[in-house]
Amino acid sequence: SVMATPRADDWSWFPALALGVSFLKCILINAYHSTDFEVHRNWLAITHSLPVSKWYHENTSEWTLDYPPLFAWFEYSLSHVAQHFDKEMLVVQNLIYTSPATILFQRLSVIVTDIVFIYAVKECCRSVREEKGSKDLLGHPFFILAALLLWNFGLLIVDHIHFQYNGFLFGILLLSVARHLQGRHLEGALLFTVLLNLKHIYLYIAPAYGIFLLRSYCFTKDNTDGSVRWSSFSPVRLVALGSIVISVGALSFGPFIAMGQLPQVLSRLFPFKRGLCHAYWAPNVWALYNMVDKALSVLGVRLKLLDVAKLPKASMTGGLVQEFQHSILPSVSPSITLICTLCPTLQPKPHPPPSLALSPPAKFHIWCRPRGARGFLRCLVVCALGSFMFGWHVHEKAILMAILPFSILAVESREDAGIFLMLTTTGHYSLFPLLFTAAELPIKVLLMLLFTLYSFTSLKKLFRGSLLNPLETTYLLGLVAVEILCEVVYPLSPWQHTLPFVPLLVTSVYCSLGVSYSFIRLYVSLLRQHGTDKHKQL
Amino acid sequence: MENWSLVSICVLFGLTARWAVSLNSYSGAGKPPMFGDYEAQRHWQEVTYNLPVHEWYFNTTDNNLNYWGLDYPPLTAYHSLLCAHLINPDWVELHASRGHESYGHKLFMRATVLVADLLIYIPAVVLYSFYLSEGSNKKKVFLCILLYPGLILIDYGHFQYNSISLGLALWGVVVLGLGWDVLGSLAFVLSLNYKQMELYHSLPFFCYLLGKCFKQGLAGRGLFLLVKIAVTVLVTFALCWLPFLSDPGQILQVVHRLFPVGRGLFEDKVANTWCSLNVLIKIKTILSTDTQLYFSLTTTLLAILPSSIKLLMKPTLWQFKLALVNSSLAFFLFSFQVHEKSILLPALPVCLLLNDLPLPAIWFLQASTFSMLPLFLKDGLLVPYVVTSLAFLFFSIYLLSAFEHCSEDKLRLGPYRRLLICIVRRYGYLSNCINKDHFYFSITAMAGLSFMSVALAPPDQLPDLFPLLVSVFSYLHFLGLLLYFNIVQIAEPLQSVRKNQKKSN
Repeated sequence: SVMATPRADDWSWFPALALGVSFLKCILINAYHSTDFEVHRNWLAITHSLPVSKWYHENTSEWTLDYPPLFAWFEYSLSHVAQHFDKEMLVVQNLIYTSPATILFQRLSVIVTDIVFIYAVKECCRSVREEKGSKDLLGHPFFILAALLLWNFGLLIVDHIHFQYNGFLFGILLLSVARHLQGRHLEGALLFTVLLNLKHIYLYIAPAYGIFLLRSYCFTKDNTDGSVRWSSFSPVRLVALGSIVISVGALSFGPFIAMGQLPQVLSRLFPFKRGLCHAYWAPNVWALYNMVDKALSVLGVRLKLLDVAKLPKASMTGGLVQEFQHSILPSVSPSITLICTLCPTLQPKPHPPPSLALSPPAKFHIWCRPRGARGFLRCLVVCALGSFMFGWHVHEKAILMAILPFSILAVESREDAGIFLMLTTTGHYSLFPLLFTAAELPIKVLLMLLFTLYSFTSLKKLFRGSLLNPLETTYLLGLVAVEILCEVVYPLSPWQHTLPFVPLLVTSVYCSLGVSYSFIRLYVSLLRQHGTDKHKQL
Repeated sequence: MENWSLVSICVLFGLTARWAVSLNSYSGAGKPPMFGDYEAQRHWQEVTYNLPVHEWYFNTTDNNLNYWGLDYPPLTAYHSLLCAHLINPDWVELHASRGHESYGHKLFMRATVLVADLLIYIPAVVLYSFYLSEGSNKKKVFLCILLYPGLILIDYGHFQYNSISLGLALWGVVVLGLGWDVLGSLAFVLSLNYKQMELYHSLPFFCYLLGKCFKQGLAGRGLFLLVKIAVTVLVTFALCWLPFLSDPGQILQVVHRLFPVGRGLFEDKVANTWCSLNVLIKIKTILSTDTQLYFSLTTTLLAILPSSIKLLMKPTLWQFKLALVNSSLAFFLFSFQVHEKSILLPALPVCLLLNDLPLPAIWFLQASTFSMLPLFLKDGLLVPYVVTSLAFLFFSIYLLSAFEHCSEDKLRLGPYRRLLICIVRRYGYLSNCINKDHFYFSITAMAGLSFMSVALAPPDQLPDLFPLLVSVFSYLHFLGLLLYFNIVQIAEPLQSVRKNQKKSN
């Protein structure tokens, strides 16, 4: 093709791709930002102007510090640059402070710390398996992966419009994944431990890490049938891993344990007082569950099987729902979601080794069939998506935890590419309600089209053929109809005032179908690959 | 990847950049009593919506021409009328809506620019890049033209509809390039009737078409073509001016509004000859307005003449593009009452040269954006200015491999050198001027001046120091490049040697 002049292996295209997206981020500096902007400004102020002992006690602003200590230190170091922009943003009492210099600084801090992400993407591209080299740069898996990650729609809108530091955090995650793919397991473990101490949401994928490191790193050899060889256990490696985890943990939580503040810190990190679903339901199983409950109760009232007065107050109509009471179906408690989150990642095995049959608490398939770092990566994606599907109070943004690592698998196998397209398109669309201001509507639509068009055409070219069946295509085209209905037609209708929550509900339920479908297919592919891999090994 | 998807991706990227810029401030935001160009456009909607056609260009009790009176040709007025019909009547209520600003209104105004761009300018750029630019760089050229910061910042930041007038002119070029002379002249007349500044481009259009008629023989088919074109032009003009034709007084008044001779040789700081010369000699006080007018008219004509004559003798697309640059740039540098935004007129044809002469074109486009810096600062567009300029510089240099096209032949200076070799060899240094080092030096200087304009307070006795430095510095670039583009155009031999050269490449 025409743009093939730079070759994929000379990497001169990589800075161009990275710089291009950085320019795009910079030009969004003056776009809308959510309350998360104020959250992070407040944390800058807290860490800058208060002693460490007060960090997790301070509550002038309602947006108290609720990330682990390393992130607080990250804000602390940022605040030293911030004071050269505008000192006022570092005053705890200056609530909702948004001077132009503050906006510039905070936006630039996200853009600059994304360098970690850019570096991680480069490392991921380097660890991608290369099929027979395509001559065309644009059709090369390196290039496609780099574009899919660097230009990821979700990251762009969540970080650079809505405002958060996910790029930096996902950079560490992807770097850790890349290190595992490259066989540098200790580095990978160190990076992941650091990541856990920056944002504890990554605990969801910690099981994948734990099992993988134990199985593939602490045991150095496999039997010929792929099962674990117990005699190859290396205590030195286990100690090395353990000391990494403990020392990073000590560095992060140590001071707070010493000050006797651990319970306080933990209560900030895990606020279980929140409801099952976030104000806007993340498109997961619980959205479908709520929907079924609602449909049943409406049906029940219509058929006079239920008494309206006895139903719980219809809390759904408020728009901002913290606690959703189910009327027909049993209510869901945090412990149930925890069990549900763990279950999907348990995998039935065709021939379990007898010694393990009695202990089912984690990701057995990577225990029994390690399949190297790629199996681990698949498990990590399943973990992330499983927790998204069944977790307690899940944010729609958490879908990125599955989408970003999954991009690596998508450029390596045709089947994964198909699932990836389904998952990213629905997952990204479900992020639309994050940006509800009219001025940002064109931006989100344009960026979504840009990313979706690119991912479809590039993956289609890479695997030389269509990746979706007609039903899947129809479902995805349905998203266009949903968008037009929810953001153009509905606001003009009279129901906008009486039933304002309907567009969010429709979006959430429609997207949860696609996400659930992708989850099931991903899970099936995991089982199937298990079988085929065994044949290959023999 | 298929062509269509790459084109769509480029278009989507261009649109995203445009809309992102439009989230920023506009000219005169929150600055009563006069506001800025944004209010001017809104005011024209108010006037055209509420008043009968024959009052649009006249000073009446309901139409105070001193407050952003309509001073663009009828198509602009019709466009305003169309926009006014689409919106909340409160936003265009006579008198009461003056200075109206709101979130919704800004959104509407920005959207009208985007729609016009999408309907007129962008399709023309697509057609040009894929049908008329040569070589293997089509998509890259397309992306670079779309990302030219000057036009984006003025239309989506400052607020104007240049994409309409420039887009129509580009349609003219494209259609002429495809060989449909009548349609091409139609498109250009429409563009001229949207903004009178398109006169800067008119001479090349005229000479190109006339040259073609000459070539086909004025006795036979050439005459027929000439008549066809003339009829098209006249009819189009008549249709555009239809409501004003009934009364000669109306026509005179419109013309008077379009060419406000009384406003003097130049206003504000603009990077042209008169403003720069004013640093040394106070022309405005020495010469009377009439003398200034004749003086500027003569110099402009002298500056255009060589390129026009050459185009008349050799009406090819290549010559046409160069003549468009040379003519509009000469107008910008020497004519009467030039605004800093008029640099967009030469910038359009220079965009068309990005593929053939990457380095000089990029250099010019960057200088043109830089020359409008004082305006951007006034409008609060510093961040988008910096970001779009850097992005354009980076992308165009990287994608078009600009520095690999700096040899004398690549800069099309071979014929010039051959002409000069027998006269004075050492004057042939022009190709040495356009090189990587000088380019970087100039970009660094622009960055330095931009930084000083933002960060430093000017000395008390020279409050306009930085705008003036910006103007003069840009002017030097424009002058040098005017010389260069003229040399390239005029030194090209009348016989088509270029084709043979290309074959040997």
